Amino acid sequence: MSAQKDHEQHPLFLPLIFVGGLIFGAGLAMSQMARPEVVLAFLQFSDLGLLFVMGGAAAVVGTTIFVASQSGRSAPLTGKRYARRLKSMDRNVMYGGTIFGVGWGLSGICPGAAYASLGIGNAAILYGIVGMFIGAYLQGYLREAKAESMSGQPAD
Amino acid sequence: MVMTATVPLLVETLFPNGISHYLLGGILIGLGTAVIYLGTAIPAGASTFLESTLSYVSKLSRFQQPKFIASRDWRVVFTLGIVAGAAGYSLIAGDFGWTTEVQPWRLFLGGILIGVGTRLGKGCTSGHGVCGVGSGSSTSIANVAVFMIVAVGVAQLVMALGVSP
Repeated sequence: MSAQKDHEQHPLFLPLIFVGGLIFGAGLAMSQMARPEVVLAFLQFSDLGLLFVMGGAAAVVGTTIFVASQSGRSAPLTGKRYARRLKSMDRNVMYGGTIFGVGWGLSGICPGAAYASLGIGNAAILYGIVGMFIGAYLQGYLREAKAESMSGQPAD
Repeated sequence: MVMTATVPLLVETLFPNGISHYLLGGILIGLGTAVIYLGTAIPAGASTFLESTLSYVSKLSRFQQPKFIASRDWRVVFTLGIVAGAAGYSLIAGDFGWTTEVQPWRLFLGGILIGVGTRLGKGCTSGHGVCGVGSGSSTSIANVAVFMIVAVGVAQLVMALGVSP
């Protein structure tokens, strides 16, 4: 069984994703969120400029998602209906947020900003990126082991 | 009179490096996400790339889920775009090659925790923070509030313990 790929539907799909990534990465470089020092300065209250980075991005995306999802239309390259990004709430959202917060506060990096940091030539960020892959693998491994041990037990 | 003197001073204290590059950079981050969303209806986050890329090399069924297989190619392209966009900007701005002084162990350990936390918590600063908050999702707003408060606490603690940079 082969899973359907998201990008098999339109020849412009991957080019558009790349262009979106270019703009996104340029924004991370311009805002200096790609620099861990700037994120730490925000978290330590010595420069609150990051509020405008996250606020500016959320305002643009919020307006776009609101208008598009109200229109009832579908996206030209996928045929998918525009919808809001809604995820279900459970305890993992809170546990995950807490663990993420410890990591963010310790290092001043997050996934998107770390990729951009590599782009601005900050080779040391590879420590962080390798760490993220290890962490993502670790949670997958542990969750799978847990799911197997639970399904292996007879339900009574 | 007091007001007119205090407000600029307050702005200078809270934002010693000004706000324009922060705001413009944030708007660009939003535009990049909006371009992808308008073309594809996908609210792209940066951190699913970690798990979807692991699906190329790991046989764990956790990573072999159809949603990761289906999106892993474009997520690689998205990430390459982010790297190239940041590289292009810094080359034009003339500060390419800037290197962090934050110690490697902080980046590495922080990275591990971020990798666990973002995947367990269903999103990161872009998925929850930009797309989720922009969608008015209460799940995302709760997640962002938690990681923001915890991160401030940890960053303040690290500073108080004298760990620098």
